Amino acid sequence: MAAEAKLDPMHQFQLEKLAGADWNIAGYNIAFTNSALWMAIATLALIVFVAGGMKRQLVPGRWQMAVETFTGFIDGMLAANVGKNGKKYVPYIFSLFMFILFANFLGLMPLGVVGVHAFTFTSHFSATGVLAVLSFSIVLIVGFAKHKLHFFSLFVPHGTPVPMIPIIFVVELISFLVRPFSLGLRLFVAMMAGHVLLEVLSSFVISGGNAGPALFVIAGLPSFLLMVGICALELLVAGIQAYVFALLTCVYLNDAENLH
Amino acid sequence: MPQIAQLGEFYSSQIFWLLIFFGITFFVVGRGMVPKVMDTVASRDNQIAADLKAAEAARAQADAEEASWRTRENANRAEAQGTIAEARAKAAAAAEQRLATAQASIDATLAGAETRIADARRAAADDIEGVAAEATRDIVNRIAGLSLDDAAVRGAVKENLVHG
Repeated sequence: MAAEAKLDPMHQFQLEKLAGADWNIAGYNIAFTNSALWMAIATLALIVFVAGGMKRQLVPGRWQMAVETFTGFIDGMLAANVGKNGKKYVPYIFSLFMFILFANFLGLMPLGVVGVHAFTFTSHFSATGVLAVLSFSIVLIVGFAKHKLHFFSLFVPHGTPVPMIPIIFVVELISFLVRPFSLGLRLFVAMMAGHVLLEVLSSFVISGGNAGPALFVIAGLPSFLLMVGICALELLVAGIQAYVFALLTCVYLNDAENLH
Repeated sequence: MPQIAQLGEFYSSQIFWLLIFFGITFFVVGRGMVPKVMDTVASRDNQIAADLKAAEAARAQADAEEASWRTRENANRAEAQGTIAEARAKAAAAAEQRLATAQASIDATLAGAETRIADARRAAADDIEGVAAEATRDIVNRIAGLSLDDAAVRGAVKENLVHG
Protein backbone atom coordinates (compact mmCIF):
# COMPACT_ATOMS: atom_id res chain seq x y z
CA MET A 1 0.00 0.00 0.00
CA ALA A 2 1.36 3.35 -1.01
CA ALA A 3 1.91 5.89 1.70
CA GLU A 4 -1.39 7.49 2.67
CA ALA A 5 -1.55 10.67 0.59
CA LYS A 6 -1.98 13.84 2.61
CA LEU A 7 -5.60 14.53 1.75
CA ASP A 8 -6.43 17.53 3.83
CA PRO A 9 -8.45 19.79 1.55
CA MET A 10 -7.88 22.70 3.92
CA HIS A 11 -4.11 22.41 3.79
CA GLN A 12 -4.00 24.61 0.70
CA PHE A 13 -5.20 27.57 2.79
CA GLN A 14 -2.37 27.19 5.31
CA LEU A 15 -0.38 30.39 5.78
CA GLU A 16 3.38 30.03 6.03
CA LYS A 17 5.98 32.53 7.01
CA LEU A 18 8.43 32.94 4.17
CA ALA A 19 10.48 35.75 5.65
CA GLY A 20 10.50 38.26 8.43
CA ALA A 21 9.10 36.03 11.17
CA ASP A 22 10.24 38.63 13.64
CA TRP A 23 9.17 41.75 11.75
CA ASN A 24 6.99 43.78 14.03
CA ILE A 25 5.22 47.10 13.86
CA ALA A 26 4.01 48.36 17.21
CA GLY A 27 3.96 44.82 18.50
CA TYR A 28 2.06 43.45 15.55
CA ASN A 29 3.81 40.77 13.54
CA ILE A 30 3.99 41.46 9.80
CA ALA A 31 5.81 38.38 8.57
CA PHE A 32 5.97 38.00 4.79
CA THR A 33 3.79 34.98 4.11
CA ASN A 34 2.90 32.93 1.06
CA SER A 35 -0.31 34.98 0.99
CA ALA A 36 1.69 38.21 0.83
CA LEU A 37 3.86 36.69 -1.89
CA TRP A 38 0.82 36.04 -4.09
CA MET A 39 -0.50 39.52 -3.37
CA ALA A 40 2.83 40.77 -4.68
CA ILE A 41 2.62 38.53 -7.72
CA ALA A 42 -0.94 39.69 -8.44
CA THR A 43 0.14 43.31 -8.11
CA LEU A 44 3.13 42.78 -10.37
CA ALA A 45 1.08 40.93 -12.98
CA LEU A 46 -1.53 43.66 -12.93
CA ILE A 47 1.10 46.39 -13.34
CA VAL A 48 2.64 44.49 -16.27
CA PHE A 49 -0.78 43.94 -17.82
CA VAL A 50 -1.89 47.56 -17.62
CA ALA A 51 1.55 48.90 -18.56
CA GLY A 52 1.39 46.79 -21.71
CA GLY A 53 -1.77 48.65 -22.66
CA MET A 54 -0.23 52.09 -22.28
CA LYS A 55 1.17 52.45 -25.78
CA ARG A 56 -1.49 55.10 -26.32
CA GLN A 57 -1.84 54.33 -29.99
CA LEU A 58 -4.67 55.81 -31.96
CA VAL A 59 -5.37 52.41 -33.46
CA PRO A 60 -4.93 50.02 -30.53
CA GLY A 61 -3.14 46.69 -30.71
CA ARG A 62 -4.51 43.57 -29.04
CA TRP A 63 -2.98 44.22 -25.65
CA GLN A 64 -4.01 47.86 -25.57
CA MET A 65 -7.47 46.79 -26.71
CA ALA A 66 -7.70 44.32 -23.81
CA VAL A 67 -6.72 46.94 -21.21
CA GLU A 68 -9.05 49.52 -22.75
CA THR A 69 -11.86 46.97 -22.66
CA PHE A 70 -11.37 46.60 -18.89
CA THR A 71 -11.22 50.35 -18.22
CA GLY A 72 -14.24 50.84 -20.45
CA PHE A 73 -16.05 48.07 -18.60
CA ILE A 74 -15.42 49.70 -15.21
CA ASP A 75 -16.24 53.12 -16.60
CA GLY A 76 -19.52 51.79 -17.99
CA MET A 77 -20.38 50.05 -14.73
CA LEU A 78 -19.86 53.25 -12.74
CA ALA A 79 -21.77 55.30 -15.29
CA ALA A 80 -24.69 52.87 -15.11
CA ASN A 81 -24.77 52.58 -11.31
CA VAL A 82 -23.59 55.94 -10.03
CA GLY A 83 -24.00 58.23 -13.03
CA LYS A 84 -21.81 61.13 -14.04
CA ASN A 85 -20.37 61.52 -10.52
CA GLY A 86 -19.06 57.97 -10.71
CA LYS A 87 -16.19 58.86 -13.06
CA LYS A 88 -13.90 59.81 -10.18
CA TYR A 89 -14.15 56.32 -8.66
CA VAL A 90 -12.82 54.58 -11.78
CA PRO A 91 -9.26 54.27 -10.40
CA TYR A 92 -10.48 52.69 -7.17
CA ILE A 93 -13.07 50.33 -8.71
CA PHE A 94 -10.64 49.37 -11.48
CA SER A 95 -7.91 48.56 -8.94
CA LEU A 96 -10.37 46.63 -6.80
CA PHE A 97 -11.83 44.63 -9.68
CA MET A 98 -8.53 43.83 -11.35
CA PHE A 99 -6.74 43.05 -8.07
CA ILE A 100 -9.43 40.53 -7.07
CA LEU A 101 -9.68 39.16 -10.61
CA PHE A 102 -5.93 38.60 -10.88
CA ALA A 103 -5.81 37.08 -7.39
CA ASN A 104 -8.64 34.66 -8.22
CA PHE A 105 -7.18 33.65 -11.57
CA LEU A 106 -3.63 33.29 -10.25
CA GLY A 107 -4.96 31.01 -7.51
CA LEU A 108 -6.51 28.76 -10.17
CA MET A 109 -3.36 28.47 -12.27
CA PRO A 110 -2.30 24.82 -12.52
CA LEU A 111 1.16 25.64 -11.21
CA GLY A 112 1.20 22.49 -9.09
CA VAL A 113 2.27 20.74 -12.29
CA VAL A 114 5.64 22.51 -12.07
CA GLY A 115 5.86 22.15 -8.31
CA VAL A 116 4.78 25.66 -7.33
CA HIS A 117 1.72 25.96 -5.15
CA ALA A 118 -0.53 28.81 -6.09
CA PHE A 119 -2.11 30.51 -3.12
CA THR A 120 -5.45 32.25 -3.39
CA PHE A 121 -5.32 35.03 -0.85
CA THR A 122 -8.95 35.93 -1.66
CA SER A 123 -9.87 32.68 0.11
CA HIS A 124 -8.92 34.34 3.41
CA PHE A 125 -11.45 36.62 5.00
CA SER A 126 -8.61 38.44 6.68
CA ALA A 127 -7.73 39.66 3.17
CA THR A 128 -11.19 40.07 1.62
CA GLY A 129 -12.37 41.74 4.84
CA VAL A 130 -9.75 44.46 4.41
CA LEU A 131 -11.01 45.18 0.88
CA ALA A 132 -14.63 45.13 2.11
CA VAL A 133 -13.87 47.50 4.98
CA LEU A 134 -11.96 49.73 2.56
CA SER A 135 -14.96 49.94 0.23
CA PHE A 136 -17.34 50.46 3.12
CA SER A 137 -15.15 53.20 4.58
CA ILE A 138 -15.09 55.01 1.26
CA VAL A 139 -18.89 54.82 1.13
CA LEU A 140 -19.14 56.25 4.67
CA ILE A 141 -16.59 58.99 4.05
CA VAL A 142 -18.18 60.04 0.76
CA GLY A 143 -21.68 59.84 2.23
CA PHE A 144 -20.97 61.94 5.30
CA ALA A 145 -18.70 64.38 3.45
CA LYS A 146 -21.31 64.99 0.80
CA HIS A 147 -24.57 64.92 2.76
CA LYS A 148 -23.38 65.50 6.37
CA LEU A 149 -25.91 64.09 8.85
CA HIS A 150 -28.52 64.06 6.11
CA PHE A 151 -26.86 60.80 5.11
CA PHE A 152 -28.93 59.08 7.79
CA SER A 153 -32.03 59.67 5.66
CA LEU A 154 -30.67 56.74 3.64
CA PHE A 155 -32.15 54.53 6.33
CA VAL A 156 -35.65 55.95 5.93
CA PRO A 157 -37.00 55.07 2.49
CA HIS A 158 -39.42 57.45 0.81
CA GLY A 159 -43.06 57.01 1.80
CA THR A 160 -42.41 55.27 5.10
CA PRO A 161 -45.38 55.84 7.45
CA VAL A 162 -44.32 57.92 10.45
CA PRO A 163 -45.04 55.28 13.11
CA MET A 164 -42.89 52.81 11.17
CA ILE A 165 -39.86 55.08 10.93
CA PRO A 166 -38.05 53.91 14.11
CA ILE A 167 -38.37 50.24 13.20
CA ILE A 168 -37.51 50.74 9.54
CA PHE A 169 -34.55 52.90 10.55
CA VAL A 170 -33.16 50.11 12.71
CA VAL A 171 -33.78 47.47 10.01
CA GLU A 172 -32.15 49.58 7.31
CA LEU A 173 -29.25 50.44 9.60
CA ILE A 174 -28.59 46.78 10.30
CA SER A 175 -28.80 45.88 6.62
CA PHE A 176 -26.39 48.74 5.90
CA LEU A 177 -23.95 47.65 8.58
CA VAL A 178 -24.02 44.05 7.35
CA ARG A 179 -22.74 45.17 3.96
CA PRO A 180 -19.00 44.97 4.67
CA PHE A 181 -19.41 41.50 6.12
CA SER A 182 -21.51 40.21 3.24
CA LEU A 183 -19.10 41.83 0.79
CA GLY A 184 -16.01 40.24 2.31
CA LEU A 185 -17.55 36.90 3.20
CA ARG A 186 -19.14 36.35 -0.22
CA LEU A 187 -15.79 36.48 -2.01
CA PHE A 188 -13.99 34.47 0.67
CA VAL A 189 -16.66 31.75 0.76
CA ALA A 190 -16.94 31.44 -3.01
CA MET A 191 -13.19 31.11 -3.49
CA MET A 192 -12.72 28.72 -0.56
CA ALA A 193 -15.65 26.50 -1.54
CA GLY A 194 -14.42 26.17 -5.11
CA HIS A 195 -10.88 25.31 -4.06
CA VAL A 196 -12.06 22.80 -1.47
CA LEU A 197 -14.32 21.17 -4.03
CA LEU A 198 -11.47 20.85 -6.52
CA GLU A 199 -9.19 19.45 -3.82
CA VAL A 200 -11.78 16.91 -2.67
CA LEU A 201 -12.45 15.76 -6.22
CA SER A 202 -8.75 15.45 -6.98
CA SER A 203 -8.32 13.41 -3.80
CA PHE A 204 -11.02 11.06 -5.12
CA VAL A 205 -9.03 10.65 -8.32
CA ILE A 206 -5.82 9.87 -6.44
CA SER A 207 -7.40 7.64 -3.77
CA GLY A 208 -9.39 5.81 -6.43
CA GLY A 209 -6.20 5.26 -8.43
CA ASN A 210 -4.36 3.98 -5.38
CA ALA A 211 -7.20 1.60 -4.51
CA GLY A 212 -7.03 -0.30 -7.78
CA PRO A 213 -8.25 -0.17 -11.38
CA ALA A 214 -11.90 -0.97 -10.61
CA LEU A 215 -12.36 1.88 -8.16
CA PHE A 216 -10.39 4.18 -10.44
CA VAL A 217 -12.88 3.54 -13.25
CA ILE A 218 -15.92 3.80 -10.95
CA ALA A 219 -14.89 6.78 -8.84
CA GLY A 220 -11.67 8.24 -10.19
CA LEU A 221 -12.59 8.85 -13.82
CA PRO A 222 -16.03 10.43 -13.17
CA SER A 223 -14.44 12.63 -10.52
CA PHE A 224 -11.78 13.66 -12.98
CA LEU A 225 -14.34 14.56 -15.63
CA LEU A 226 -16.36 16.46 -13.04
CA MET A 227 -13.18 18.26 -12.00
CA VAL A 228 -12.56 19.43 -15.53
CA GLY A 229 -16.05 20.89 -15.61
CA ILE A 230 -15.72 22.42 -12.14
CA CYS A 231 -12.42 24.01 -13.18
CA ALA A 232 -14.24 25.83 -15.99
CA LEU A 233 -16.95 26.80 -13.52
CA GLU A 234 -14.32 28.07 -11.07
CA LEU A 235 -12.80 30.28 -13.78
CA LEU A 236 -16.27 31.71 -14.30
CA VAL A 237 -16.77 32.16 -10.54
CA ALA A 238 -13.38 33.90 -10.28
CA GLY A 239 -14.57 36.50 -12.80
CA ILE A 240 -18.07 36.75 -11.38
CA GLN A 241 -16.93 37.25 -7.79
CA ALA A 242 -14.55 40.02 -8.80
CA TYR A 243 -17.41 41.57 -10.79
CA VAL A 244 -19.88 41.22 -7.91
CA PHE A 245 -17.45 42.82 -5.47
CA ALA A 246 -16.86 45.75 -7.80
CA LEU A 247 -20.54 46.04 -8.72
CA LEU A 248 -21.75 46.06 -5.12
CA THR A 249 -19.16 48.67 -4.26
CA CYS A 250 -20.57 50.73 -7.13
CA VAL A 251 -24.11 50.26 -5.82
CA TYR A 252 -23.08 51.32 -2.32
CA LEU A 253 -21.20 54.29 -3.71
CA ASN A 254 -24.38 55.25 -5.55
CA ASP A 255 -26.19 55.39 -2.19
CA ALA A 256 -23.48 57.65 -0.84
CA GLU A 257 -23.35 59.87 -3.93
CA ASN A 258 -27.01 60.19 -4.78
CA LEU A 259 -28.80 59.25 -1.51
CA HIS A 260 -31.91 57.60 -3.01
CA MET B 1 -9.92 25.82 8.81
CA PRO B 2 -6.66 27.74 8.64
CA GLN B 3 -8.53 30.97 7.96
CA ILE B 4 -9.81 30.88 11.54
CA ALA B 5 -7.16 28.73 13.20
CA GLN B 6 -4.33 31.00 12.05
CA LEU B 7 -6.23 34.24 12.38
CA GLY B 8 -4.63 35.24 15.67
CA GLU B 9 -1.16 34.66 14.38
CA PHE B 10 -1.47 36.18 10.92
CA TYR B 11 -4.25 38.80 10.85
CA SER B 12 -1.83 41.70 11.24
CA SER B 13 0.43 40.38 8.51
CA GLN B 14 -2.53 39.79 6.18
CA ILE B 15 -3.96 43.27 6.75
CA PHE B 16 -0.55 44.94 6.46
CA TRP B 17 0.52 43.28 3.22
CA LEU B 18 -2.90 43.57 1.63
CA LEU B 19 -2.93 47.29 2.34
CA ILE B 20 0.63 47.59 0.98
CA PHE B 21 -0.02 45.70 -2.23
CA PHE B 22 -3.51 47.02 -2.82
CA GLY B 23 -2.11 50.46 -2.13
CA ILE B 24 0.60 49.90 -4.74
CA THR B 25 -2.05 48.67 -7.16
CA PHE B 26 -4.28 51.65 -6.48
CA PHE B 27 -1.60 54.32 -6.74
CA VAL B 28 0.47 52.83 -9.55
CA VAL B 29 -2.23 51.24 -11.67
CA GLY B 30 -5.43 52.99 -10.62
CA ARG B 31 -4.12 56.53 -10.22
CA GLY B 32 -1.08 56.32 -12.47
CA MET B 33 -1.99 54.25 -15.49
CA VAL B 34 -5.77 54.04 -15.76
CA PRO B 35 -6.34 57.79 -16.32
CA LYS B 36 -3.84 57.70 -19.18
CA VAL B 37 -5.56 54.72 -20.75
CA MET B 38 -8.93 56.46 -20.36
CA ASP B 39 -7.43 59.63 -21.85
CA THR B 40 -6.32 57.65 -24.87
CA VAL B 41 -9.80 56.23 -25.29
CA ALA B 42 -11.42 59.64 -24.83
CA SER B 43 -9.05 61.35 -27.28
CA ARG B 44 -9.68 58.60 -29.82
CA ASP B 45 -13.45 58.99 -29.37
CA ASN B 46 -13.08 62.76 -29.78
CA GLN B 47 -11.01 62.34 -32.90
CA ILE B 48 -13.51 59.93 -34.40
CA ALA B 49 -16.36 62.33 -33.59
CA ALA B 50 -14.40 65.26 -35.08
CA ASP B 51 -13.56 63.27 -38.20
CA LEU B 52 -17.18 62.27 -38.64
CA LYS B 53 -18.23 65.88 -38.21
CA ALA B 54 -15.65 67.05 -40.77
CA ALA B 55 -16.80 64.38 -43.20
CA GLU B 56 -20.40 65.44 -42.68
CA ALA B 57 -19.48 69.10 -43.31
CA ALA B 58 -17.51 68.15 -46.41
CA ARG B 59 -20.46 66.21 -47.72
CA ALA B 60 -22.82 69.12 -47.07
CA GLN B 61 -20.42 71.44 -48.92
CA ALA B 62 -20.17 69.01 -51.80
CA ASP B 63 -23.96 68.83 -51.95
CA ALA B 64 -24.23 72.62 -51.98
CA GLU B 65 -21.57 72.88 -54.68
CA GLU B 66 -23.34 70.29 -56.75
CA ALA B 67 -26.62 72.15 -56.39
CA SER B 68 -25.05 75.45 -57.44
CA TRP B 69 -23.27 73.72 -60.33
CA ARG B 70 -26.61 72.24 -61.35
CA THR B 71 -28.34 75.65 -61.43
CA ARG B 72 -25.42 77.10 -63.38
CA GLU B 73 -25.50 74.16 -65.74
CA ASN B 74 -29.25 74.53 -66.22
CA ALA B 75 -28.86 78.23 -66.97
CA ASN B 76 -26.08 77.51 -69.45
CA ARG B 77 -28.15 74.83 -71.09
CA ALA B 78 -31.15 77.16 -71.42
CA GLU B 79 -28.92 79.83 -72.89
CA ALA B 80 -27.42 77.36 -75.35
CA GLN B 81 -30.90 76.18 -76.26
CA GLY B 82 -31.90 79.81 -76.96
CA THR B 83 -28.83 80.39 -79.11
CA ILE B 84 -29.55 77.25 -81.09
CA ALA B 85 -33.19 78.24 -81.63
CA GLU B 86 -32.16 81.70 -82.75
CA ALA B 87 -29.55 80.32 -85.14
CA ARG B 88 -32.08 77.87 -86.50
CA ALA B 89 -34.65 80.60 -87.07
CA LYS B 90 -32.07 82.80 -88.80
CA ALA B 91 -30.91 79.94 -90.98
CA ALA B 92 -34.50 79.05 -91.87
CA ALA B 93 -35.27 82.65 -92.84
CA ALA B 94 -32.12 82.88 -94.99
CA ALA B 95 -32.93 79.58 -96.70
CA GLU B 96 -36.47 80.73 -97.41
CA GLN B 97 -35.23 83.95 -98.90
CA ARG B 98 -32.73 82.15 -101.12
CA LEU B 99 -35.46 79.74 -102.14
CA ALA B 100 -37.77 82.63 -103.06
CA THR B 101 -35.02 84.26 -105.12
CA ALA B 102 -34.31 81.01 -106.91
CA GLN B 103 -38.02 80.49 -107.51
CA ALA B 104 -38.35 83.95 -109.00
CA SER B 105 -35.42 83.41 -111.34
CA ILE B 106 -36.82 80.02 -112.34
CA ASP B 107 -40.23 81.61 -112.97
CA ALA B 108 -38.63 84.28 -115.12
CA THR B 109 -36.68 81.69 -117.11
CA LEU B 110 -39.86 79.62 -117.50
CA ALA B 111 -41.86 82.61 -118.72
CA GLY B 112 -39.12 83.47 -121.26
CA ALA B 113 -39.01 79.89 -122.46
CA GLU B 114 -42.79 79.75 -122.84
CA THR B 115 -42.81 82.95 -124.82
CA ARG B 116 -40.09 81.60 -127.10
CA ILE B 117 -42.01 78.36 -127.59
CA ALA B 118 -45.19 80.28 -128.50
CA ASP B 119 -43.24 82.42 -130.98
CA ALA B 120 -41.66 79.37 -132.53
CA ARG B 121 -45.04 77.71 -132.81
CA ARG B 122 -46.54 80.74 -134.50
CA ALA B 123 -43.62 80.99 -136.89
CA ALA B 124 -43.94 77.29 -137.64
CA ALA B 125 -47.69 77.69 -138.25
CA ASP B 126 -47.01 80.57 -140.66
CA ASP B 127 -44.44 78.49 -142.50
CA ILE B 128 -46.88 75.58 -142.78
CA GLU B 129 -49.54 78.01 -144.13
CA GLY B 130 -47.13 79.31 -146.77
CA VAL B 131 -46.01 75.80 -147.79
CA ALA B 132 -49.62 74.55 -147.84
CA ALA B 133 -50.78 77.51 -149.93
CA GLU B 134 -47.95 76.98 -152.41
CA ALA B 135 -48.66 73.27 -152.56
CA THR B 136 -52.37 73.96 -153.04
CA ARG B 137 -51.69 76.37 -155.86
CA ASP B 138 -49.37 73.92 -157.56
CA ILE B 139 -51.91 71.12 -157.21
CA VAL B 140 -54.73 73.31 -158.49
CA ASN B 141 -52.48 74.48 -161.35
CA ARG B 142 -51.57 70.98 -162.36
CA ILE B 143 -54.90 69.30 -162.01
CA ALA B 144 -57.27 72.12 -163.00
CA GLY B 145 -54.84 74.19 -164.95
CA LEU B 146 -55.87 77.22 -163.07
CA SER B 147 -53.41 79.90 -162.02
CA LEU B 148 -54.91 81.23 -158.92
CA ASP B 149 -54.24 84.43 -157.20
CA ASP B 150 -51.73 83.93 -154.49
CA ALA B 151 -53.74 85.82 -151.87
CA ALA B 152 -56.93 83.88 -152.63
CA VAL B 153 -55.18 80.54 -152.20
CA ARG B 154 -53.60 81.65 -149.01
CA GLY B 155 -56.97 82.82 -147.67
CA ALA B 156 -58.63 79.51 -148.54
CA VAL B 157 -55.81 77.48 -146.97
CA LYS B 158 -55.89 79.58 -143.88
CA GLU B 159 -59.59 79.07 -143.60
CA ASN B 160 -59.23 75.34 -144.08
CA LEU B 161 -56.32 75.06 -141.63
CA VAL B 162 -58.17 77.02 -139.06
CA HIS B 163 -61.51 75.20 -139.56
CA GLY B 164 -60.14 71.91 -140.93
